[in-house]
Amino acid sequence: MTPPGLDTACRLADPDAAYRLLVEAHRGLSDEDSARLNTRLVLILANQVGDPGVLREALALARQAGSAPSVHPSR
Amino acid sequence: MSRRALYQFGYRRTRDQDSAEPARHRVAVVGAGPVGLALAVDLAQRGVEVVLLDDADRIGEGSRGLCYAKRTLEILDRLGVAQACLDKGVVWKLGKVFQGEDLIYAFDLLPEPGHCMPAFVNLQQYYLEHALVERVSALPGIDLRWRNRVTGLDNRPDGVVLEVETPDGPYALRADWVVAADGARSTLRDLAGLDFVGEVFEDRFLIADVTMEIDFPPERRFWFDPPFHAGRSALLHKQPDGMWRVDLQLGPQADPEAEKRPERVIPRIEAMIGHDRFSVDWVSVYSFQCRRIARFVHGRLIFAGDAAHQVSPFGARGANSGIQDAENLAWKLARVLEGTSPASLIDSYDRERSAAADENIGHSTRSTDFIAPRSAQEVRFRDAALALARSTEFGRRMVNSGRLSLPSVYDSPLSTPDAPDDDWQGGCPPGASLPDAPVRGPDGGATWLLRLVGGEETLITFGDPGFDPPDGVRVLRVGPDVVDREGLVATRLGARPGAAILVRPDQHVAARWMRPARDAVARASRRLRGHGEVA
Repeated sequence: MTPPGLDTACRLADPDAAYRLLVEAHRGLSDEDSARLNTRLVLILANQVGDPGVLREALALARQAGSAPSVHPSR
Repeated sequence: MSRRALYQFGYRRTRDQDSAEPARHRVAVVGAGPVGLALAVDLAQRGVEVVLLDDADRIGEGSRGLCYAKRTLEILDRLGVAQACLDKGVVWKLGKVFQGEDLIYAFDLLPEPGHCMPAFVNLQQYYLEHALVERVSALPGIDLRWRNRVTGLDNRPDGVVLEVETPDGPYALRADWVVAADGARSTLRDLAGLDFVGEVFEDRFLIADVTMEIDFPPERRFWFDPPFHAGRSALLHKQPDGMWRVDLQLGPQADPEAEKRPERVIPRIEAMIGHDRFSVDWVSVYSFQCRRIARFVHGRLIFAGDAAHQVSPFGARGANSGIQDAENLAWKLARVLEGTSPASLIDSYDRERSAAADENIGHSTRSTDFIAPRSAQEVRFRDAALALARSTEFGRRMVNSGRLSLPSVYDSPLSTPDAPDDDWQGGCPPGASLPDAPVRGPDGGATWLLRLVGGEETLITFGDPGFDPPDGVRVLRVGPDVVDREGLVATRLGARPGAAILVRPDQHVAARWMRPARDAVARASRRLRGHGEVA
């Protein structure tokens, strides 16, 4: 069913719960520690993806989405 | 905070105040807000006399609880006030989420026809309260006492004694059961010494009722970082009477007193709507907490609504869940008082509504995490989801501007699990609230399934079941008695001919069978009444 390549449909049964997991993992960390945690997480997830083609597509999407106007941090 | 009175009621002295001993009542409900009023009406409709105490004598301005969800409207319909809410309220189902000036996505809450009630109605809380007060005065059996402030409580094994302060001085009354529906700052909760614990959010929000002429459709609009309120969030919702609900995030440093002053409020709203032809009817600055008490039932003292659990306003889960508490409790209390169910049935209220409160607190907390991020990293996560939402479905699903209230599916000892060899495809499992559908009733008139079911324990059968129902179970036979006008009853219940669904008096499903037998129905009926094995 899943098309080959990057799947941008929602694959999480409960996206809010997944988002909360991420937020909770960073609670209480310094900004530097948050960046380190995220970096380790990216490597873990890249390995889980396991397909360099998919990883390349994911990187392209991340770059392209980053060119949208960003929200100013509220503090 | 004192609010201007919109409806004024009178204090009246009662006989209880001249009684040497505390007068005895079956149920006293404390707090005549939406939850206490709905509970009193439900109990009275079930033949239970109620004393309803409120410390004020008026309904004040301020829209407060604004969005009433479909399930709540279905309950209000059974209580006789939904039509008043629909006549006055603004029906809406479309929500739009913006980032800056761009529409990120839109959602339609009820794309499916064939429901009596709309997805949501926006209505100032004072109109709902007023409709309920009118209903209270039209019903026998409710003794509504304004300016009766509870100051003391003695929770005994066989009832609760309340000390009550009035303009004529104090008196005491005794009730077999007391329900505290006295709101987030519950006096009864304090008197009982119960901890109200959970997560505190530091962000402050400005909330205002604004009357204006503006060419906006009746839809919920939520902005992240709008041009008129840079770096923060904003919400605009239509209310009746040309009034709009404005909700603006102010940040944790905002000074609540200063932000309420017209010279601060008016420029913010001008920036939002682009002109100055409006009036501000009510304004407040709030911060919020997501918290609950550990148990909702303490012997003969029961907590409901905000007195038991409190959530952020994102998701319309306050008044909606409180009214659902009331409907869950009313039939159980009525059965226990008439002696047809054991007092332990009330424990299922604690279990079912505690789980519902946890679900609501969970949703509310997650929405708040998204709307009011607490750290630079949380801002980055939020911005990343918004950025990805422009091009991907998974990103849109992560954007959270409030997940709007849906009824809980009860994981309950009152439910009978499906038989293992019954192969249900979807439908409505035990614990879920019964979906509505258009039908023709036994009198041939077009009506709705939920209206036919009403507040009675009902066995819905598809065709004739071939047996007489157990005592006290009313049967609605789809086919012989009820015409499934569009086939939606069968579709929504996942039912084939011969199936049967047992529905509780609060319209939640207790059990279902593809091939029902009388003794299985009788067992499930005993179980839903609290006579079954307790899980």
